[in-house]
Amino acid sequence: MDIAVCRSSCLICMSMVLVLAIFLGFEIISKVPARLHTPLMSGSNAISGIALVGAVMVAGSAESNLNIILGTLAVIFATINVVGGYLVTDRMLGMFKRGKEGGGK
Amino acid sequence: MTIEHLVNLAYIISAVLFVFGLKLLTSQSTARKGNLMSAVGMFIAVVMTLLIKDIIDYKWLIVGVVVGGIIGAFAARLVAMTQMPQMVALFNGFGGMASLLVGWAAYRVMYNFDLFTATTIFIAVLIGGVTFSGSIVAWGKLATVISGRPILFPGQTVLNSILFIGTLVAGGILLMDAPISPVMLLTIILLSLILGVMAVVPIGGADMPVVISLLNSYSGIAGCAAGLAVQNNILIVAGALVGASGIILTNVMCKAMNRSLTNVLFGGFGALTVQQEGGPEGEVKPISAEDAYFILEAADSVVFVPGYGMAVAQAQHAVHELERILEENGTDVKYAIHPVAGRMPGHMNVLLAEADVSYDKLVEMDDINRIIAGVDVCVVIGANDVVNPAARETRGSPIYGMPVINVDKSKTVIVLKRSMAAGFAGIENNLFYKDNTRMLFGDAKSSLAELVAEFKKK
Repeated sequence: MDIAVCRSSCLICMSMVLVLAIFLGFEIISKVPARLHTPLMSGSNAISGIALVGAVMVAGSAESNLNIILGTLAVIFATINVVGGYLVTDRMLGMFKRGKEGGGK
Repeated sequence: MTIEHLVNLAYIISAVLFVFGLKLLTSQSTARKGNLMSAVGMFIAVVMTLLIKDIIDYKWLIVGVVVGGIIGAFAARLVAMTQMPQMVALFNGFGGMASLLVGWAAYRVMYNFDLFTATTIFIAVLIGGVTFSGSIVAWGKLATVISGRPILFPGQTVLNSILFIGTLVAGGILLMDAPISPVMLLTIILLSLILGVMAVVPIGGADMPVVISLLNSYSGIAGCAAGLAVQNNILIVAGALVGASGIILTNVMCKAMNRSLTNVLFGGFGALTVQQEGGPEGEVKPISAEDAYFILEAADSVVFVPGYGMAVAQAQHAVHELERILEENGTDVKYAIHPVAGRMPGHMNVLLAEADVSYDKLVEMDDINRIIAGVDVCVVIGANDVVNPAARETRGSPIYGMPVINVDKSKTVIVLKRSMAAGFAGIENNLFYKDNTRMLFGDAKSSLAELVAEFKKK
């Protein structure tokens, strides 16, 4: 498999990374308050555009015409996800304001 | 140190930035910085990937990034906050599609069969496909391109089971068949796309918060599997983070509806007309905007309870205007937010933020329920099931046991509602028949505008 240059070559290492990342994700995200759930969702959505990295590896390796098409489509979809996701999250968070008078609970 | 080492070191930095970015999202004041940090992490990961020496053709990469970037930027700028649920659904789907395509391309260059890689490719393609087509259906339901009602037909569960087993069998053949078989992979792609449609079609609009959260999780898992397939650490880490986030949200949403995930996915809630033993007692008491004005004018504390109806009527700005007038009048105003109000997690918070409502006025369900008995007036705006006392009182009700905002325990309730039609779930709302409930019929936005006008008149 030639496109996998960045291979960690070790299944156990990859599984280790996977399991730790899952635990870390659970730990951090369970602390996000309900009012920030939509930005969390669109923000994590942007992160799932990380498939872009895989898409770049596939599209750039120029293995065959079909693969270039698949890779380029993957790059388009993933870029929409990344760019759109981060921008819309930023726009949304920019709207969350605390009133001047405060108010409080 | 080779380029590969350098790239992998950069991935570590990206992963740290993702984690910190998410961590900063736990607080309102740092959330925006967190999002930026996460974006920087993404930028580093993508740019460093370009250094990999196998990448020989940049032409199509640039085309892809430019096209995708323009579409994404325009979508993010133009989308209205009321359309956020659709947008998130669509983006979920794109993430799934990207993973599917990466898996497909990876399979085509797998010259030597390798069981582990083949398995992860199968998972990436299957979950990516389900995420894509499922998200498109969810988008259609949220954008009301297709009916938001659950679509059910006889034998649905059997058909879905057959489809699912068929996909697994195809997967098994793919994994056992040592020579590469593109036809089998195409079959799996096709089956996964059908499976995604079939999975979301029976789920009703009110259950969309669960579905979107779950699809969000899937898009992460698909990315994770694609990462294992192309053996790339940053994909694994980021995918796992998103997968975990989606699962947590799914769980929160299910709890807020007092239903299990299985029940949401296979229940077809809202399609059945529920028969209740004996109707609710009492009678409906409609009032005019002027009557409502007198009630609100005399109140010391008012709590607005928004629901999906507020989003549909685009009434968030009108609510904010009424809030300002009430505060000038010396009334204490809060908003009570139910976790599943609206069509996605946190939907109401975003809409109210758009209308400039200060976020410290927004109170979560448990906090408001503690003090609700002392509240003079609760104004229910386009919310129904989330304020239905049947969840506490009517043992046979489908929503019995669901945590609700106990507006009926406040002194007076004003319900803004279009008509007496039952809520999305088709359940009678006992609240409308309570002694302390008044109904102000009409479009939420114009009702609120009338109230504002009444205040200005006097």
